[in-house]
Amino acid sequence: MRVYPEKPQKVYYFGTCLVDMMYPEAGMAGIKLIQREGVKVIFPPRQTCCGQPAYNSGFPDEARTVARKQIELFPENYPIVVPSGSCAGMMRHHYPKLFANDPDSERAINFSKKIYELSEFLVHVLDVKLEDRGDPIKVTWHSSCHALREMRTTEDSKLLIRSLKNVNLIELQNETECCGFGGTFAIKQPAISAAMVKDKTDDIRQTGSARFISGDCGCLMNISGAMQHDKIQIDGQHLAEFIWERINDTPSAG
Amino acid sequence: MTHHQQVDFDDNVSRALNDTQLIKNIKAAMGTLVSKRKTIFSNEAETEQLRTLGNALKQKALSKLPQLLEQLEEKCTQNGIKVHWAETTSEANHQVLEIMRSHGATRLVKGKSMVSEEMELNAFLQKNGIEALETDLGEFIIQLNHEKPAHIIVPAIHKNKDQISKIFHEKIPNTPYTEDVAELTAIARKTLRKKFYEAEVGLSGVNFAVAETGTLCLVENEGNGRMCTTVPGVHIALMGLEKVVEKLEDLPPLLRLLTGSATGQLITTYVNMITTARKQGEKDGPKEVHLIILDNGRSQIFADPDRRQTLQCIRCGTCLSHCPVYNRIGGHAYGYTYPGPIGKILNPQVEGLKAAGVLATASSLCNACEEVCPVKIQIPDLIRRIRNESYSKDPASTMEGHGYKRNLLETLTWMIWEKTNTYPIINAVGLKILSVLGITLPKIGPLKNWTRYRARPELAPKSLHELVKHHGVDHE
Repeated sequence: MRVYPEKPQKVYYFGTCLVDMMYPEAGMAGIKLIQREGVKVIFPPRQTCCGQPAYNSGFPDEARTVARKQIELFPENYPIVVPSGSCAGMMRHHYPKLFANDPDSERAINFSKKIYELSEFLVHVLDVKLEDRGDPIKVTWHSSCHALREMRTTEDSKLLIRSLKNVNLIELQNETECCGFGGTFAIKQPAISAAMVKDKTDDIRQTGSARFISGDCGCLMNISGAMQHDKIQIDGQHLAEFIWERINDTPSAG
Repeated sequence: MTHHQQVDFDDNVSRALNDTQLIKNIKAAMGTLVSKRKTIFSNEAETEQLRTLGNALKQKALSKLPQLLEQLEEKCTQNGIKVHWAETTSEANHQVLEIMRSHGATRLVKGKSMVSEEMELNAFLQKNGIEALETDLGEFIIQLNHEKPAHIIVPAIHKNKDQISKIFHEKIPNTPYTEDVAELTAIARKTLRKKFYEAEVGLSGVNFAVAETGTLCLVENEGNGRMCTTVPGVHIALMGLEKVVEKLEDLPPLLRLLTGSATGQLITTYVNMITTARKQGEKDGPKEVHLIILDNGRSQIFADPDRRQTLQCIRCGTCLSHCPVYNRIGGHAYGYTYPGPIGKILNPQVEGLKAAGVLATASSLCNACEEVCPVKIQIPDLIRRIRNESYSKDPASTMEGHGYKRNLLETLTWMIWEKTNTYPIINAVGLKILSVLGITLPKIGPLKNWTRYRARPELAPKSLHELVKHHGVDHE
């Protein structure tokens, strides 16, 4: 298992492009959850995307240019917290490979060592204690494949949900299976992707949950999009936003 | 190398997705295989240790592959096994034919061999007047129905009992219809038993070939493999050149990994270790044993240090069983000998990118395959490599057909993506214009594929960059 540092005074926050465009409230909630523990959050304003879309689509040069830019923007030796298992996985596990034969190889490796997914940071570094102030609710959890198999932070996320006393977490039957997003996979193989997300929405429905929670906005966008398309009334929500809502009993962090 | 026609993958996929019976059969069977594997590999730490060992053993073998192959040939020859080298599948086919002809043989019984599928041996022999009969039950079923294997280790897994009943009734002469499993098995047994006695030559695959002793190791559960390799007077074993391992002591962990991953068994019913032909004074066994070692593109894969790990594969098929894509389209949709994740990386490297590169698009990169691979092949990384080379004009690219997919639209798209994400001001302004004007992403182009099954993604009114500014978060 990973060795975690002591609680730091400052952290960097890498918001991710999908959070920036589609789920900014979730990004903001993540920041507030860290600030709440007395840690200063620094958000380098010129940050954009981790580079994963191009990296997975056959365009490594383009991915490297964008990745190099991000590495430059986070120069200090602070932990970099990322509210996404997939983007964190890219930066932690794939940057060293992406820069393997590059003059910036060592910088990329050092950068990757600073990366933490939000849940693991909240649990292992900040040791957060959550007081649930919301009404009783039944929810389910969907893990992104990269949170599960690269960052291995799924248990941390579920631990956070379970620590909320009025929240009843019902696990999916097929929790470890991909929702079919896969970035450009959803565009390049739309029919296979659709078959996968259909099974995921069915699995979510059979839990009888009012909401499904995930730590990754790609999955959220995919599953919620499919549910809206099929007129299924179950909301998807990012874990950070859900937690912020529960501990403040307010619906918004923005 | 024999290059095949480009497969119409999209068409295959849509047919498979619409075949509800097929998908039901596949999903149910894969569920069983996955849970059996989980039972046998219940101790996570132990399994991880074993996989690390499997990876090391196969890496060790590959690190001295040419030397081990020479040693294997030398040992086999000493033991009286005749070794043949085939660079192409066509050469291998002709070698089988020559051996058959030299014995005036017209009947061949076959144990399961994926290499023979790769060679399309049955069709080749048939054209040359030789009957090649599959004796593995699953292979027997699909041969009756003129199909190819849908899975590496359970070739007829896409058929349920009712479908098999119908195939037996229609394809085996004088067979009454029955859905009784014991009766069905008895029919197959009776049909095959006669063929084992009649065939002049038996053929098998090889799971591991041990260089230090010249031993061919073959696992199976039905005993048909042992029949094929002992009853007929001549035995031909087929192997891909990556199947060689260094020492006899390398086998136990590899066998444990193979059978545990493939069928969730501690050990198979039969483990055959073949080192010589029948010796003088012995009462049974073939009088002649041949080993055909096939390259078919493998030495090119071997030559590339990153791609080399593809050859670690021990053909357990567990990556297929765990793959969410395989589970939804089955094996035939892939259009090549090897389906599933291993097929996505192997076929494009053997057949060339132009023919089979499309298979690499059929992955969400979920990493389920890598997580279970008994020899730790980094399948997702190799899928990325194939995607890279599909667009790459770089002369350092080593795959045949590299750059075949390069097109202006995608090149431009990723160039614009790169610029907007390197110069955040463009990114911010562009995003702002879109969100202020309330413009959602258009329902054209690639987005059409998204919105066919999902609601259109909507941009938030304020980006995180704006919220952060509004809340006065530090930017140092």
